[in-house]
Amino acid sequence: MTKKILTTPITAEDLADIHAGDIIYLNGYITTCRDVAHRRLIEEGRELPVDIKGGAIMHAGPIIRALGEDQYEMVSVGPTTSMRMEKFEKEFIKETGVKLIVGKGGMGAGTMEGCRDYKAIHTVFPAGCAVVAATCVEKIESANWKDLGMPETLWTCKVKEFGPLIVSIDTHGRNLFEENKVIFNEKKEAAIAEICKHVSFIK
Amino acid sequence: MMKEEAVRRLTDTIAKFVAYTGKRLPDDVRKKLDELGAQEDTPLAKIIYEAMFKNQELAVALNRPSCQDTGAIQFFLRCGASFPYIGELPSILREAVIQATQEAPLRHNSVETFDEYNTGKNIGKGVPSIFWDIVPENDELEIHTYMAGGGCSLPGKAMVLMPGEGYEGVTRFVMDVMTSYGLNACPPLLVGVGIGTSVETAALLSKQALMRPIGSHNPNERAASMEKLLEDGINKIGLGPQGLTGKNSVLGVHIENAARHPSVIGVAVNVGCWSHRRGHIIFDKELQYKIDSHTEVEF
Repeated sequence: MTKKILTTPITAEDLADIHAGDIIYLNGYITTCRDVAHRRLIEEGRELPVDIKGGAIMHAGPIIRALGEDQYEMVSVGPTTSMRMEKFEKEFIKETGVKLIVGKGGMGAGTMEGCRDYKAIHTVFPAGCAVVAATCVEKIESANWKDLGMPETLWTCKVKEFGPLIVSIDTHGRNLFEENKVIFNEKKEAAIAEICKHVSFIK
Repeated sequence: MMKEEAVRRLTDTIAKFVAYTGKRLPDDVRKKLDELGAQEDTPLAKIIYEAMFKNQELAVALNRPSCQDTGAIQFFLRCGASFPYIGELPSILREAVIQATQEAPLRHNSVETFDEYNTGKNIGKGVPSIFWDIVPENDELEIHTYMAGGGCSLPGKAMVLMPGEGYEGVTRFVMDVMTSYGLNACPPLLVGVGIGTSVETAALLSKQALMRPIGSHNPNERAASMEKLLEDGINKIGLGPQGLTGKNSVLGVHIENAARHPSVIGVAVNVGCWSHRRGHIIFDKELQYKIDSHTEVEF
């Protein structure tokens, strides 16, 4: 099977034949963008200092080593819990024109609608694999909103075959984590019933 | 050894050990991950485990923290009342965290509340967390170090149940966390359950449960049986690596317990992610040390 590789700038057409559960990789640029950056754009109405139209963001707070003269090295970078950005993400996709969101765990109905209506996808980078991710970063191109501190700064990175990225929300309205949750909850109820047969210690 | 020299040496050793635990997982976690990874047979679960194993190799080869979230640092101490540097420990542990932050390097993970700024040093009011257990007539210092990441701290939950809800209620409380927040907390998870008389006793026990080696059991027979029941039950949910489905869900389930008021059952859950960065080091009064969480330690 050949590797499916997206390259920024990404178009809606590029995403049309990608489906929840697929594994893809990224070439081009990706910018770390998480809690406070989302708040600033949506709640404070501030413009994002990086143009990410057709681009990619990663819900991540990396470890960076400063090399001096505004040069930086990516030491470790991995995804953070995407669900924290759920309340902002639909509007974020609409406002910025971002096409690829990389994070950890699933996102909710708002993001699914945003991905469906404005043609974007949400993917999962295996979390905790921060050195794998860092070695896919060729260069840190820019750092914006540095006042937010190391984890929350918008670090724009040039990446090569960044992945594996597991598609959790596609442009067709599918949400892998939500589909899985239905199954998990059914299995959970069966497991609880079984355990409860054996734990009546208070009699 | 002069006191000043001893304090410096203790600080330096703890700093190096904390930095090291961010780069290499403890032996028991690595062994369990190997075991769970080998059981997966779907392409998705296999590719995730491959990335996880490759990442741990790269972290050691490149000498970098294996996960970018190196956590808020926590120390669980069992300190002999006559350990010679007991009085200096709070400042030693703070200094060690500052040193590890620079040397590892660790991510800056301490935000002062209300003032809402990142101190940039991984110290702050009450951070690193230090939990004391003083051991009478003893001169050793035993430390469990832990990197409490954001992802694995998020599912943490405690509440007080009515006795009528019983251990059946405890079961549901634990299981519900698994399919809500647990799913996003980087499974396979180590699940810590605390049972006691109020939220804070249960919560502390649930975190202490995560310091136990994987494969260990609660000495109480019923508690141990409940550990096994919960482990099997959560595995049957099939969260798999990263919550993207698979054969298993957990590295293990550990229960720690204390007595309760007759009117209540305090219960809490804490989870460790697959990248469970725990360390265990024991110093004698001469500061000779022994590490039993990791073999082949080099620093």
